[in-house]
Amino acid sequence: MFIIEKIKTIYRSRLLISNLVSRELKARYRGSVLGFLWTFLNPLLLMLVYTLAFGIILKPRYPIPELKTALDYSLFLFTGLLPWIWFSSSIIEAGNVLSIHGALIKKVLFPVEVLPIMTVTANFINFLLGLPILILFFIILGHPLTWYVFFSIPVMIIQFFFTLGLAFLVAALTVHFKDVQNLIANLLTLWFFGTPIIYPFNFEPILKSKIIKTALLLNPFTHIVEGYQYSFFFGSLPHWKKLSVTFIISLLFFLGGYYFFDRVKDTFAEEV
Amino acid sequence: MKEIAISLRNIVKAYRKYSSKHRFNTLKSAFIDGTIFRDFKPEEVFMAVNNVSLDIEKGKTVGILGENGSGKSTLLKIIAGIIRPNRGTVITKGRISALIELGAGFHPEISGRENIFINGIILGLTKKEIKEKYDEIVRFAELEDFIEQPVKTYSSGMFMRLGFSVAINVNPDILLVDEVLAVGDASFVPKCIDKINEFKRSGKTIVFVSHDLETVARITDEAIWMKKGQIVMRGYPRQVVDTYLQDISEKEESKHKEEKKEESIPVDNKRWGDKSVEITSVKIKDLTGKEKFIYSPEDGMIVELEVKANEEKDDFGFGIGILNGEGHVVYGTNTFLENLMGKKLKKGLHKVVFKIPKLNLINGFYFIDVASHSKDGTPYDYHHLLHKFRVDSNKRDVGVYRINHQWNFDDGIEFRKY
Repeated sequence: MFIIEKIKTIYRSRLLISNLVSRELKARYRGSVLGFLWTFLNPLLLMLVYTLAFGIILKPRYPIPELKTALDYSLFLFTGLLPWIWFSSSIIEAGNVLSIHGALIKKVLFPVEVLPIMTVTANFINFLLGLPILILFFIILGHPLTWYVFFSIPVMIIQFFFTLGLAFLVAALTVHFKDVQNLIANLLTLWFFGTPIIYPFNFEPILKSKIIKTALLLNPFTHIVEGYQYSFFFGSLPHWKKLSVTFIISLLFFLGGYYFFDRVKDTFAEEV
Repeated sequence: MKEIAISLRNIVKAYRKYSSKHRFNTLKSAFIDGTIFRDFKPEEVFMAVNNVSLDIEKGKTVGILGENGSGKSTLLKIIAGIIRPNRGTVITKGRISALIELGAGFHPEISGRENIFINGIILGLTKKEIKEKYDEIVRFAELEDFIEQPVKTYSSGMFMRLGFSVAINVNPDILLVDEVLAVGDASFVPKCIDKINEFKRSGKTIVFVSHDLETVARITDEAIWMKKGQIVMRGYPRQVVDTYLQDISEKEESKHKEEKKEESIPVDNKRWGDKSVEITSVKIKDLTGKEKFIYSPEDGMIVELEVKANEEKDDFGFGIGILNGEGHVVYGTNTFLENLMGKKLKKGLHKVVFKIPKLNLINGFYFIDVASHSKDGTPYDYHHLLHKFRVDSNKRDVGVYRINHQWNFDDGIEFRKY
């Protein structure tokens, strides 16, 4: 059966995956002065930019009780930004991971599925390394954290499968159609603004427009990001039903993406 | 019945040929025309490997030779499992290591040491195995002083040595080698060949793709000649190499003939003289009288001149020179130098034959200059760089000329056949 066979392949390649991931993380900032610090600095700087742009310059017109000050807003933003960076970096890197490692595909006997898995995992670890900073910020700004924080773990699992499924799809398509890479970069920008990251879901203009609300509800990443926002920022998990559906959708994405990747992977050695 | 290490049955591998129409096929058109799935299936195809069946016994060293595009590398990749054939079955027994591109998968930013580990894992070793072999890998690659440096600082020779060293230490049951020895530095290549010979002695199966026919003939037990995706000959290496060489020569002979036809009118600066004694044709033949282009150093040669005297002469002589590809004269002489004084040349057509019993030349292209001239050297007709031949030698000796020689050793010095 496809699933069992593939789980076996991935299990056999675990040593390879873990080593490739650590190489990827090591190599990423090799040669830069601040080196590994960039793992923390990148999301931090991004958060500052967005806080400045949306929290201070464009003061939200419809203040929400929990987001009164720019500092509250920056915490809320950071909570959603970290998982988004994991997601978007994974997808963008998945677009060229096969061509970057073309030599492996063409010249070495190599389980190709390892490459998208490596990309998503490396970015996941980057994400995990960002969490202590997030928690540190909660503590510094005196925002209470509850036990609901631990509900972010299943959310991470859901996001992992969702991201991996899409990464498989993007990686396989990019080999044959270079256009996908450009398309993805723009789609991700749209997707970013179409996900409640820089604004909360119960932002008034959204609740007013039925179309936008439906679109947001249909976006699986809405529920994933909300999962983090609830478990970290709001300290509750009221949308667990939607999240369960998202979990099933993520699994389908994963299986579908992997299946498509597997169907066309024999062509990679010729096309990369 | 001997044990079979590699078994191929009816292997077919077709590559898609890109027509210009296909090349500009983008995602948009793929969706609009619905060709997205069709695009993943080849339409116009090039048969890289066409119905090849092959059994290779365990412990044998087999060489595959053939011209570029004959499908030999594709076949090797199919054995390695890197490329899946469109049709046919591949059965291999034991761990395979493929030396197809050395250092494939090295990451430039990280150190040689880290790359050894990751590359070892890619090639199927466990961490423990790599730790055990680490010192040996570094020593063989001669990189003790550089192993902590990022690989991007390595020279291409160092890079290659490290790649070879890791791959060879995978300790495979089947070793596949594709042309990789061609890029090594002079001192490293013999070391690689030694290592391959060591594999051979320990009973491993080796498949070897190379353009270096001498190496194929020397280290393999059996050779396979591939042409247009099919096996045309299989047998004793020397025999296969010779047949292959002959086929290439014949092809080049006919190519040379065509080229000669095209440039039948000599260029001015390659021919001069008053043409009172005209050399109307120059034929280069082997000793049996057959016109040929490619010679071996052991071959003899006949240079046949057709001479047309437009007037009767008593002051005349003939000269010939052999120049190598760089334009240096390898040998030159004329009838005066050999104490032959022209006495009488009747008006009309004559034949002059210059015979070389054994060429004794090294590998390369050569030109033959011929001339008819007077005693004081004034040319009547001089052909410069107009006639060409080639010497194909399987020896790699150097210089301008292969001097007749012989090695002698006393009883205390022994050699093994290399």
